Amino acid sequence: MKSYKLQRRLSLTFRYLLLVFLAIIWLVPIVWIILASFSYNDTGFVSTFWPEQFTMQNYIGILNSQQFPFLDWMRNTFIVAVISMVLSTFVTISVAYALSRLRFRFRKPFLQIALVLGMFPGFMSMIALYYILKSFNMLNLGGLVLVYVGGAGLGFYIAKGFFDTIPRSMDEAAIIDGATRWQVFIHIGLPMSRPMIVYTALMAFIGPWIDFIFSGIILSSSGNARTYTIAYGLYNMLHSTKGSSTTYFTQFIAGCVIIAIPITILFVIMQKFYVNGITAGADKG
Amino acid sequence: MFKRKDRKPPKATYREVWSKGGWASKLSFFLMGISSFKNGQWVRGIAYLGIQIAFFGWLISQGISALSMLSNLGAIKTKQVVFDKQEGVYITKLPDNSVTILLFGVLAVLLLVGIIFLYVTNLRATKKLYIDNRDGEHIETNMEQLKSLFDSRLHTTLMTIPIIGILAFTVLPTLYMISMAFTNYDSKHSIGFSWTGFAAFKNVLSGDLAGTFFPVLGWTLIWAICATATTFFFGVLLAMLIESKGIKFKGVWRTIFVIVYAVPQFVSLLLMAQFLDPQGPLNNILLNWGLIAHPINFIGASANPLVARITVIVVNMWIGIPVSMLVSTAIIQNLPQDQIEAARIDGANAFQVFRSITFPQILFVMAPSLIQQFIGNINNFNVIYLLTGGYPMNNNYVGAGDTDLLVTWLYNLVFGQTQRYNASAVLGILIFILSAVFSLIAYRRTNAFKEG
Repeated sequence: MKSYKLQRRLSLTFRYLLLVFLAIIWLVPIVWIILASFSYNDTGFVSTFWPEQFTMQNYIGILNSQQFPFLDWMRNTFIVAVISMVLSTFVTISVAYALSRLRFRFRKPFLQIALVLGMFPGFMSMIALYYILKSFNMLNLGGLVLVYVGGAGLGFYIAKGFFDTIPRSMDEAAIIDGATRWQVFIHIGLPMSRPMIVYTALMAFIGPWIDFIFSGIILSSSGNARTYTIAYGLYNMLHSTKGSSTTYFTQFIAGCVIIAIPITILFVIMQKFYVNGITAGADKG
Repeated sequence: MFKRKDRKPPKATYREVWSKGGWASKLSFFLMGISSFKNGQWVRGIAYLGIQIAFFGWLISQGISALSMLSNLGAIKTKQVVFDKQEGVYITKLPDNSVTILLFGVLAVLLLVGIIFLYVTNLRATKKLYIDNRDGEHIETNMEQLKSLFDSRLHTTLMTIPIIGILAFTVLPTLYMISMAFTNYDSKHSIGFSWTGFAAFKNVLSGDLAGTFFPVLGWTLIWAICATATTFFFGVLLAMLIESKGIKFKGVWRTIFVIVYAVPQFVSLLLMAQFLDPQGPLNNILLNWGLIAHPINFIGASANPLVARITVIVVNMWIGIPVSMLVSTAIIQNLPQDQIEAARIDGANAFQVFRSITFPQILFVMAPSLIQQFIGNINNFNVIYLLTGGYPMNNNYVGAGDTDLLVTWLYNLVFGQTQRYNASAVLGILIFILSAVFSLIAYRRTNAFKEG
């Protein structure tokens, strides 16, 4: 009996040790990023794990930089993110609700076409998007919003999965009582899917903060750093400073940390939805 | 909804509508919406007629030229000097811009399809009006039609704007790129290009790009298999470790790992590349601890290809395991416990339970989403692009490095030095075929277990 207890103790200790070990491995690079953002450095490269000297200069530097208008990037991204959040949520929720709750002739073909379109690599359409926006003189933040909102109609899967799980009996009861489908949508569908709306809105809001590819293609041609969004601005900052002058490397890290913290927190809070989305997808394929 | 199903309208063919219908029905075959006007549905009538007038206005002013130029993508392919007889001077004629011609040509085709679709709905509405008139049924009034947009036709209201967005920003670009695969658009024909059929496909599959395509395809598949398998397997193990009996603060442990996934990838991966640099912190730590004698070049331009590829897979585990852990946690918590208990009573140890019960069950539930992840990994742009940028260099490849996947190569072919736009479009189509094949397998598998 005693040996059994001892064995359990040993096993638990071993498991704890393993977890701690893994957690350290996972967090070391993240901790290094944060440490590096505080390290005093003018060689443009942080080669030690623990900074030789701590400083706030990187943060002050990036917030006041003339060459890299960090605050402008923040403002641009915020505007794009808010507009695209409102419009994308509207689009995504409409599509998801219609596909989940309404029955119409074009429903099945639409689902099939959406599936097929989703299989084309997104990069394939980027050159075309560039020319489309260029021919309408929209290679700016407005065009970027259009691209995000235009793609939102195909991002309905998680929201549709959510609507599918809400029982239909309330809808039917309301329709028997004489409600129109619009009233059902507004007074039953939307209130019951509040968490889904929040999730969709937050995902649409985060999108512009982490997208450096589309924003890069659309905004780079202006050549004016003040019109960039944060993700492309930072990405471009590392690439334009690589090689020639690397003095801004630690400032780059500081900028990354500033925006990574809120996004990380949002994501950690939303992890449950994310899992539900994936497992719901797994059930239906 | 139910009413419409029960009431089966007596059948009327379009031929009958044409021969027996009044002048308005007949005219509706040419001018959309006329029979709606005649029956007092002027809102719908104005919409149909307005769209038709606008369409023909566009067709005459731009559409016809856009469609006709689509056949050869512009007559002038190269810059040429011609003698202008009227002016009596030599002038330089710039080549026609095939990029815009193709774009507006595809747009014109799309509009044409759209108007045909509307025409069909117009015929359908005409037929319905004819039937209602013939049988003396109630004819919808304007108000009823407008109201139905919020009731029986709510889907139209909800879907119209999103569908326009999808058409403009997904369908149009995709069609445009598909058609680009059949041209010779590359750095030599960067302004005026022409249709060349399957020549670009031939180039990729057996021409000068084949030497890059097949090795990159091979690595893409190896990468997708390794990345999916490692993150799944170790994710399940990690989930079981955290879920195992006696571990406290499970939520905190999970959050620690999820943080890594939650950091925006362009931050975590770009800085990971610095972390792994020959002069970076990781090499420094390993040197200080005496584990290695010389810095290891993990992912640089001159790294060993095998080392770089293994590094990429390991870094992907760092990012991918937390997600997979989260998903398998949700599954583990819902697994039926009776089998496991029965096995325990029969004397199975933890490893046997895992190997014969838990793991197969998780695999069974997750099989479809695993195939989705596999497809996602074939298209995993971020990890490769941000971490290695395709490095190390490979001189035998055209525009690609040893860790480049098909998608990153596609990107390089467009935005890199090589500028093989048509080849990149071909790659896009081939990636599509690859994804479609695996999706089909996933789909059939899901169906298989719905039935049994």
